[in-house]
Amino acid sequence: MIQAHLPALQVIIPLIAAPFCLLIRRSDLAWAFSLLVTWCTFAIALILLLQVNETGTISYPMGDWSAPYGIEYKVDLLSAFVLVIVSGIGSVVMPYARLSIEREIPWPRIYLFYTMYLLCLCGLLGIAITGDVFNLFVFLEVSSLSSYVLIALGKDRRALTAAFRYLIMGTIGATFYVIGVGLMYMMTGSLNMADLAKLMPLVAETRTIQAAIAFLIIGLGLKLALFPLHLWLPNAYTYAPTVVTIFLAATATKVAVYAFLRIIFTVFGNVPVLQKEFMTDFLMFLAIVAMFAGSFVAIYQTNIKRMLAYSSIAQIGYMVLGISFISVAGLTGGIIHIFNHAVVKGALFMAVGCIFIKMGSVYIEDLAGAGKRMPVTMASFVICGLGLIGVPLTVGFISKWYLILAALDKGLWPIAAAIVGSSLLAVIYVWRVIEVAYFQPAPEGAETRSEAPMTMLAPMWFLTLASVYFGVDATRTINIAETAAAYLLKVIQ
Amino acid sequence: MISPGMTILLCLFVPFVGSFLILATGSRPNLRETMTLLTAITLFLLVASIYPLVAAGERPGIDVVEMLPGLSIAFKVEPLGMAFALIASFLWIFTSIYSIGYMRGHHEENQTRFYFYFAISLMAAIGIAFAGNMITLFIFYEVLTLCTFPLVAHHGTEESKRAGRVYLGLLLGTSIAFQLFAIIWTWVITGTLDFTKGGILAGTTDNLTVAILLALYVFGIGKAAVMPFHRWLPAAMVAPTPVSALLHAVAVVKAGVFTVLKVTVYIFGVNFLADINVSEWLQYAAAITILLSSLVAMTKDNLKARLAYSTVSQLSYCVLGAMLVNSWGILGGGMQIAMHAFAKITLFFCAGAILVAAHKTEISDMGGLGKTMPFTFTAFFLASLSIIGLPPFGGAWSKFYLAYGALEAGQLALVAALMISSLLNVYYLLSIPFRGFFGRPPETPGHYSRPQSDGEIHEAPIPCLIAISVSTVGCVVLFFYTDPLYNLLKQIILP
Repeated sequence: MIQAHLPALQVIIPLIAAPFCLLIRRSDLAWAFSLLVTWCTFAIALILLLQVNETGTISYPMGDWSAPYGIEYKVDLLSAFVLVIVSGIGSVVMPYARLSIEREIPWPRIYLFYTMYLLCLCGLLGIAITGDVFNLFVFLEVSSLSSYVLIALGKDRRALTAAFRYLIMGTIGATFYVIGVGLMYMMTGSLNMADLAKLMPLVAETRTIQAAIAFLIIGLGLKLALFPLHLWLPNAYTYAPTVVTIFLAATATKVAVYAFLRIIFTVFGNVPVLQKEFMTDFLMFLAIVAMFAGSFVAIYQTNIKRMLAYSSIAQIGYMVLGISFISVAGLTGGIIHIFNHAVVKGALFMAVGCIFIKMGSVYIEDLAGAGKRMPVTMASFVICGLGLIGVPLTVGFISKWYLILAALDKGLWPIAAAIVGSSLLAVIYVWRVIEVAYFQPAPEGAETRSEAPMTMLAPMWFLTLASVYFGVDATRTINIAETAAAYLLKVIQ
Repeated sequence: MISPGMTILLCLFVPFVGSFLILATGSRPNLRETMTLLTAITLFLLVASIYPLVAAGERPGIDVVEMLPGLSIAFKVEPLGMAFALIASFLWIFTSIYSIGYMRGHHEENQTRFYFYFAISLMAAIGIAFAGNMITLFIFYEVLTLCTFPLVAHHGTEESKRAGRVYLGLLLGTSIAFQLFAIIWTWVITGTLDFTKGGILAGTTDNLTVAILLALYVFGIGKAAVMPFHRWLPAAMVAPTPVSALLHAVAVVKAGVFTVLKVTVYIFGVNFLADINVSEWLQYAAAITILLSSLVAMTKDNLKARLAYSTVSQLSYCVLGAMLVNSWGILGGGMQIAMHAFAKITLFFCAGAILVAAHKTEISDMGGLGKTMPFTFTAFFLASLSIIGLPPFGGAWSKFYLAYGALEAGQLALVAALMISSLLNVYYLLSIPFRGFFGRPPETPGHYSRPQSDGEIHEAPIPCLIAISVSTVGCVVLFFYTDPLYNLLKQIILP
């Protein structure tokens, strides 16, 4: 009985739970409550993934209003995969959050963090599960508005300007998106994705729809921080509380990539949008510029959080590159990288949080001797850094493998060379940190050895081990990504 | 009785577990060194227990885990890998003995870390030797790069950090930029990466692609140190001498040329390459490396730097053998792996012994040192003869087969290059023991030098001498007792 309502519960549980945190106020209780809620959502997401795997796409009419008139929730393999990623990261971050938050957010505001965190989680899950373009906009705004608050909670006063900047850019993005939705509604009279997909071929060549496509792509491009629309990201990631950075870096941009895939391949699935020569080339170009520009700038950063933020821009480039191939192998690479990068970046930012809590700084030069002082944390940083580079036996390798495969499949060997080249840049920026941490002696009078508390180390190592496990045995994740890609491209029904 | 597949896994497992035992016993040096020795001996016995199977023509193997659909981490032991694994694990035992004398005699720091990464490196080398497909080989290749880095940067000084950066940059850079690229390309073309007798590429694509792929592999395997990607090897000489000896004369560099041979034989296929004739310019690339690095070696006054460039030169012998793409070339290349391993490790052992006992690193300071260290300098002299390729030392055989292969390929220029290189070897290697025995001590002795004229013998610690004598004897034994190696390698080239 209740199983049938899981798609609704997936979103509603965190949505209802969020105001409760406001009422609870006591930070430890709010934490315990949110922990429970996030783990519930993760359990639901896993069940949904299993169900989809067994029985195929699930369609759930909200309030029993049948599609296309009511809002339809639709869980296919791709949405289920993204749901698992988002709720998984959301629940792994929770145990980590308590101590880190206590250190980074003023005491009276801590309950606000949990409220916003759950709201943000709800918004992101909603984007992934809904089958309605307007409903997607609503969740986009839910997640965005809560993330502005989350970023502004940072202790550094620059967090405020970062949040404000994100607010402006994010609002422009969301507005563009909703304009695109409006234009589509004008021409088709529908907001349901499946319905839109059916109606679209009739009106695809009109200027209105062409304009809608432009608004949608740019709007979502802003949200997913596609170069050159990424300007909000570095400051937001740098000055937000570390837990917020972990959560947003691992989920927010990924969900935007998901929305991008949905619009392009589901709503416009029956009309060629990207398939037009110019569009793929343009997207590919932007992706490659992102890969190089992001990595280059990352090399010159002195703040590790900022460095990882720029690295994120480069990694988003990989995902978009995968999409721009419009082949099963390419999409597989893009989709698998959503997962792989979430795991790796999550763990890396967690390591940064551990470093901050013990050494009080996130600047590279202050990391001298960290290899000896915090061996457990730094070991995780090294492993995930290798994952970022794409060394075999880590998840990063699997992503690179599929992306290069896709490029060579299409005969685009210069692109393949570019993928390889940009991962070499990753070697440089990762290595700068490792070298200081391991080969520069600690300053005089520093504590000899002090690790972050267990509650922070455990989630970090959970993600680190996941990044190795799914790098060694990738058949499962690859199967999901490959099937989802084939489904999106309508190679299989 | 355990199955051969399990034995293969044990060969990886033993050094892995051993390394953690070393870590656990780090506070008690004697126990820690016992662990190292026990691990090394166990590993050698395990590797040796596979030998009869392979010699009998079997190819024991095991699939561990499917990484991606259709692509597994798998192991399969064939003759070339067998030979490489035997050499590496055998020499590890004696390098460990040598290390005990060296590291203590030289008062090195962070010894536990040293032994730990040493064991992990050996695991990676065995993984490379036994890899059943290219992806498994690549994985262990990268592991070997990464876990030898802490050994290279062992001293933590500015110089060693810079060297570490060159080391990592070149090895990781070439492997990702060229080798991985070539591997994925091969996968796209053939849909498999298994090492298959006769190769997997024949008849699948056009000759130009094959030529590009071959170049990507040869230069992408940076550990083979073909110029211009050789700089990492001299840079790696800042490491403690046992590292230079076992890793940068045997395990790491031989892993490189081993991979070149393996790719030539099992990915491209010798006959296929010979038919389409795309490897000729790579023969010249190898020959140029041989000659140029010999010339550079002559200019080096630092003993380890000279030996490093000599290694670069000798490695390209193997690459040349592979690129000749005929039976004799492959045989010579395979033999060179073994022969050069024993000779060069001896030379490095001697260099380390000189450093420990007399605190000298520059050749110009070594005049007359042969009188105080007669044993070391004699060993150095004998091993040099093997490198040069004179009988009765093992090196003679590999040089012989390589020259034969070059003749068969009709490349007189390459034969000449080999001969000239041998002459250069005579000059830059033999000048060292000559200076040691007949030279005069420098006018202004170094701050730590002992009075040398009193004829008192002052050799390195006993463990060092044991290791030196074993590897020197090995050079001679390999000349008279080549049959097992020859028969093993012959299996590769037989149709």
